[in-house]
Amino acid sequence: MALAFLVLPVVAIFARVPPGELLSALGTEAAKDALVVTVKTNLVSMALILAFGTPAAYWIATREPRLRDVVVTLVELPLVLPPAVAGIGLLAAFGRLGLLGGTMDALGIDIAFTQTAVVLAVTFVASPFYVRTAVAAFEAVDPALPAAARTLGAGPGRVFFRVALPLAAGGLGAGAALAFARGIGEFGATIMFAGSLEGRTQTLSLAIYEQFDLDFDVALAISALLVIVSGTVLLSVKLLTRWRSGSTTPIPFAPSTRTSS
Amino acid sequence: MALRIDYSHSLRPFDAHVELTVAAGETLALVGPSGAGKTTTLRVVAGLLRPDRGMVAVDGETWLDTSAGLERPAEQRRVGYLFQEYALFPHLDVAANVAFGAPRGASIDELLERFRIGALARARVRELSGGERQRVALARALARRPATLLLDEPLSALDAHTKTTVRGELHELLRELGLPTIVVTHDFEDAAALADRVGVIVGGRIVQQGPAAGLVAEPGDAFVASLTGASLLPGVARAAPDGLTEVVLDGGGSAWSTDAATGRVGVAIHAWEVALARETPDDSSLNHFRGAITSVVPLGNRARVRVGDLVAEISSASLDRLALEEGDVVVASFKATAARLVPLA
Repeated sequence: MALAFLVLPVVAIFARVPPGELLSALGTEAAKDALVVTVKTNLVSMALILAFGTPAAYWIATREPRLRDVVVTLVELPLVLPPAVAGIGLLAAFGRLGLLGGTMDALGIDIAFTQTAVVLAVTFVASPFYVRTAVAAFEAVDPALPAAARTLGAGPGRVFFRVALPLAAGGLGAGAALAFARGIGEFGATIMFAGSLEGRTQTLSLAIYEQFDLDFDVALAISALLVIVSGTVLLSVKLLTRWRSGSTTPIPFAPSTRTSS
Repeated sequence: MALRIDYSHSLRPFDAHVELTVAAGETLALVGPSGAGKTTTLRVVAGLLRPDRGMVAVDGETWLDTSAGLERPAEQRRVGYLFQEYALFPHLDVAANVAFGAPRGASIDELLERFRIGALARARVRELSGGERQRVALARALARRPATLLLDEPLSALDAHTKTTVRGELHELLRELGLPTIVVTHDFEDAAALADRVGVIVGGRIVQQGPAAGLVAEPGDAFVASLTGASLLPGVARAAPDGLTEVVLDGGGSAWSTDAATGRVGVAIHAWEVALARETPDDSSLNHFRGAITSVVPLGNRARVRVGDLVAEISSASLDRLALEEGDVVVASFKATAARLVPLA
């Protein structure tokens, strides 16, 4: 019963419209625009999350436990924040009348209702998923291994790239997949901070909401596409996790708090 | 080329104060209970732990001198560190593990051959046996051309069967290398087999050091005595006629020793000094204890027989001749000259 309850809505999306019509519905201008906006903004977001999140996670994972717990809690905050609050927060910080609004205005930067705003919203909401998992992945690396590397003459950079990074790779991949899934589905913060302008800031999730009123089949088609993307992400997380536990220590989604020893 | 260490570091629940010099070609074994500061000492030398205060110098090069604010990072100290469980890189094959710390142009193949792991060059770490892992870890540590060797429990990850062979090979290797070496172990037998000198470390202090045979013959305290495998009979010592010391044992009866002592002591006696007989023998031994045999453990051509608090090691031939079995009442005897008295807290 419970299982059916969870599966039924997903099946219903595919059952309502035949596959052929789903594809043609995806061909509509609105759907294509939304797809382009989503892919573009999410690629930039993921690049930012990986580039800044990975060293940050490594830094956090190698701190002493008390500091680590405090920082991880701060990082996790956007995770539990209601999306609407995230949107308001972003506006209050980066909007024209926000904290940094004056500075950005003086520099001639106006990001509200642009794709930059979408990227910021997605990054803000999705990055904790990556950083959190990445911290756990780095923590799961046996501390004797980086220590051994150091006694073998490896400086901090070499320890990171040749030991910590490859050993944490599976966990990092799983974290990236989770962040990507969250980013693709981003809705609340984006609509408040970036709006839903077709061809500019309207992502797939926002398009579903709009098409819901205009053309239900298009809404269904986009939903079907997102179900497939999400399913693929879930599967790849599972596979990465299994591959990782086969190669090193298995702690894929363990909380990032670790008892000090 | 010697290794000099002198450091203090606060470890809960005690402070470690260790001062040591290991000469070139000398192997020092640090033996003691877990948490005594053995591994801490290795980490201080390697630069993996900065002590509250101290200095480390190898071959005239100062690696650490807290009073001068000098601290060389771990990666710039030429140590060959063999980690407990070996800490091999699981994502690299054997050759890449060995090559990790090797200087450019170093011949890895030669090292692989020397340690008989040439055929395993492309193997993953998880495919290796315990003995193979140990050889890979040694080859990896030596590829760096270290100035000193630090071995943390090099034999504890091995099964009993492999251990004796590996121990012999390791002893041979240490002699060939001629580096100042510290071996950390909790096993006195391993320490005696590998090291020229044994330092017993308890609660962060070296309580006694010297050749293994010296520690066996003259244990400084009860811990060293039991570490070397002696039986310990606690009691109170007082001077007796003829220059002897009588120890009134807590378990009843008295023991005599030629060592001088007063107050709380332990009578330390090694198993090979204890003789067994059916009746009290009329011999030169002053100490005779009658009791029932509680266990008989055969060890090849010998057997360890426990009688009360005493353990006697006798030949299998004697065991057969006397037809000793558990529950038999026998007399365990040892000479006053073999009974060492160690202070008890």
